[in-house]
Amino acid sequence: MSKYAPKTEELKKEFEEKKPRLLKGKFDGTDWWDIPVEFRDGNWCFAAKPEVLEDLHFPNPRKWAATDKDWQLPANWEKTIRDGMKDRLKRFRSFKVFMDSCVRCGACADKCHFFLGTGDPKNMPVMRAELVRSIYRQDVNAFARVLTKFSGSRKLTPEVIKEWHMYFNQCTECRRCSVFCPMGIDTAEITMMARELLNLIGVNNNWILAPVANCNRTGNHLGIEPHTFKQNIMSLVDDIEDVTGVRVNPTFNRKGAEILFITPSGDVFGDPGVYTMMGYLLLFHHIGLDYTISTYASEGGNFGTFTSNETMKKLNAKMYHEAKRLGVKWILGGECGHMWRVVHQYMSTMNGPADFLQEPVSPITGTKFTNAKATKMVHIAEFTADLIKHNKLKLDPKRNDHLRTTFHDSCNVARGMGMFEEPRYILNKVCNTFHEMPENTIREQTFCCGSGSGLNAEEFMDIRMRGGFPRANAVAHVKEKHKVDSLVTICAIDRASLTPLMRYWNPGVSVYGLHELVGNALIMEGEKKRTEDLREDDMVGFEEDDDE
Amino acid sequence: MRKVLQPLLLVLLLALIPYVGVTYGKLDYLFGIIIPYTALTILVLGMLWRLIDWSRRPVPFPIPTTCGQEKSLDWVKTNPLESPSNPFMAAMRMLSEVFFFRSLFRNTKAELHGGPNLAYGSHKWLWLGGLAFHWSLLIIVLRHARFFFMTTPAPIEMIETFDRFLDVTVPAFFITDAIVLAAITFLVLRRLSDEKMRLLSLSTDYFPLFLIGGIALAGISMRYVTKVNIMPVKSLGMTLASFGFGAPEPIGALFYVHLFLVCVLLAYIPFSKLLHMGGIFMSPTRNLPNDSRARHHKNPWNPDIKFRSYAEYEDEFREKMKKADIPVDKQ
Repeated sequence: MSKYAPKTEELKKEFEEKKPRLLKGKFDGTDWWDIPVEFRDGNWCFAAKPEVLEDLHFPNPRKWAATDKDWQLPANWEKTIRDGMKDRLKRFRSFKVFMDSCVRCGACADKCHFFLGTGDPKNMPVMRAELVRSIYRQDVNAFARVLTKFSGSRKLTPEVIKEWHMYFNQCTECRRCSVFCPMGIDTAEITMMARELLNLIGVNNNWILAPVANCNRTGNHLGIEPHTFKQNIMSLVDDIEDVTGVRVNPTFNRKGAEILFITPSGDVFGDPGVYTMMGYLLLFHHIGLDYTISTYASEGGNFGTFTSNETMKKLNAKMYHEAKRLGVKWILGGECGHMWRVVHQYMSTMNGPADFLQEPVSPITGTKFTNAKATKMVHIAEFTADLIKHNKLKLDPKRNDHLRTTFHDSCNVARGMGMFEEPRYILNKVCNTFHEMPENTIREQTFCCGSGSGLNAEEFMDIRMRGGFPRANAVAHVKEKHKVDSLVTICAIDRASLTPLMRYWNPGVSVYGLHELVGNALIMEGEKKRTEDLREDDMVGFEEDDDE
Repeated sequence: MRKVLQPLLLVLLLALIPYVGVTYGKLDYLFGIIIPYTALTILVLGMLWRLIDWSRRPVPFPIPTTCGQEKSLDWVKTNPLESPSNPFMAAMRMLSEVFFFRSLFRNTKAELHGGPNLAYGSHKWLWLGGLAFHWSLLIIVLRHARFFFMTTPAPIEMIETFDRFLDVTVPAFFITDAIVLAAITFLVLRRLSDEKMRLLSLSTDYFPLFLIGGIALAGISMRYVTKVNIMPVKSLGMTLASFGFGAPEPIGALFYVHLFLVCVLLAYIPFSKLLHMGGIFMSPTRNLPNDSRARHHKNPWNPDIKFRSYAEYEDEFREKMKKADIPVDKQ
């Protein structure tokens, strides 16, 4: 277990001691702005290295840590923040309206996974927004400058910056609070603005900015160079052959392919993401898809989203740029959360219109994906669901009988895209045992893994395990009730982060990608007798000597 | 407690101003004509400025919070209200927020139980209290239209009859009077009884509640207790409605307390959280259709960003790519 998190038993004890209260500590007679900010092991992420900032031409490169007394903010940082705020208020109606119209009804307070897990009052979404709103009021309202305590406004000090850094890095931009807000205030939007502002003065997170720099140079967050990228996928091809006896043949940077396939690089390099990648490769081979994978646009995810608007656009631009260069008809996207927030709600606006592409049509079923006719990018779950609906896949769901599954809706796909049915339809077709988690924890009310939006850092483990508690607790519920042992997701960050979360809270539960299960179930032409799943775990009922 | 007492004292102080002014200073004209016009001007100009100011700021990205299945494949059942695929359904979604507080209806209460386990119970009290508060306020405001028309318009007459159905007192008791007071009491107690709410509430959250409570109390006292003479009130209403400047007849200090607090409320709206009455219509997470992959949305300030092109990428990695049999553009 990580040295940056308390032992599971200690955290359990903390919860037992304060139940049924959610808040940790006593606050009566205290004003929230008097509660000090405390950086300790496990609740802050390492700052971006100076060379990363230089690479990206970002301001104020230096060596520093959140625990430093002096953060070496640049000269005139107050003005930078104030002007930056004014500028963003001008460019984003959302920011302005969200600053103006909160009534502090408190409906959001107990909806945030970080609040539920930490009991820290400043993790109530309304408080998180007030951290910025209290500064905003100073600037727009003459009364607020005088009646500071009455109106909840305050001066911009280095302490405020520390507080922003702490709490805007304890928000995963999951939007769960915005589902419940009667004004539709979206804390994700406020967090995005706050992180942009912090980046202006060099207050940042290495786990976000290093991938951004990598992605800019090599095309993917992990910094994999083209030859290694190909090599890694080819080693997955070997693994597929070992398990199935079938040799799939992906192509790279191939001009004239019909479809460009883009997925998060975590699927190419990370465990258990690679098994999902094997699932994709099997699926494409099964239907004879004319597709190619790019080593240049080799990242579906976009950590620019967690940095600034401009950075998000810059990283995303490669998708269309590469699709145009290769002359494909449309783009197919793999399983990922924030990637789909970007593709669905931002891509066409930022880097479109993609007139050089065609309205996506499934070459196998002829289905027109009219819902993607402007962006020209289709989600793999939409694509596969359509294939299954048209009986184009030979599936044996019994091959997943060794797994008892539940499904985790990824925040961004749920609340920033609205895709709930397709993955469930697929899951029900490729496995026989599927149980939903409790209704307040799935679909639009789904809980974040606790590590989204670039907070998947090892040194942040304390907060991650706390923030992931509501999700883990819902899994524990179906684990006890239905003996569920497999948590299926359609998000690369989930695959990476739910794994340690399950180890911490629910040992014995493994994390799977949806298309890994598709890969298990696919009956491939010319395959050998399959006894193992893609992880080389034994299937149930397919043992070697089971031949009739 | 400072956060609660200060606004309470402030409202009492504000109530005292017209009382003293009218009783000892005979300032009926100031409180009956000048201040109401001033407050109305501040409200109208203030809200107009706010609305223009909000609408002038662009919505660079379509960011609806999708709370239901998007429109995708033909056979997948969609949720047109929570994931509207066209502007009409988005408008319906918005209206359901405005009139029925749809999002708040989902509200739950999380509790930590032994295990530890988190439990989420349905918690509709805030929704119910909020809805009761806002709807009775609306009905009360509409009822007051009778003071500004020579003959009360039929719809207003209907609302009033409906509101009076519990015809047990003289003058007839308006059910909304009771509801609004009960709702305010609930909304205040709610903020006081929960430790999370105590911490996140500001003085400016209590102030409007106390202010509206004060207005309602003064109004109710006039109607049921002191039984104010309606004729001069109506004639002042008519004067104001015709933008006249005639001096009001004597009405009594309590009425001016009521009217002055209303004026404070009107003038306060554009500069406070009460802006939410306009803000809700502007919220991009609720008023936009979820059609961002089907329809291109334009960002008026879309910045020109230089990204690392494929050519630059190939220049750096060409030899490695060639060795790995990855096709390259330039040999």
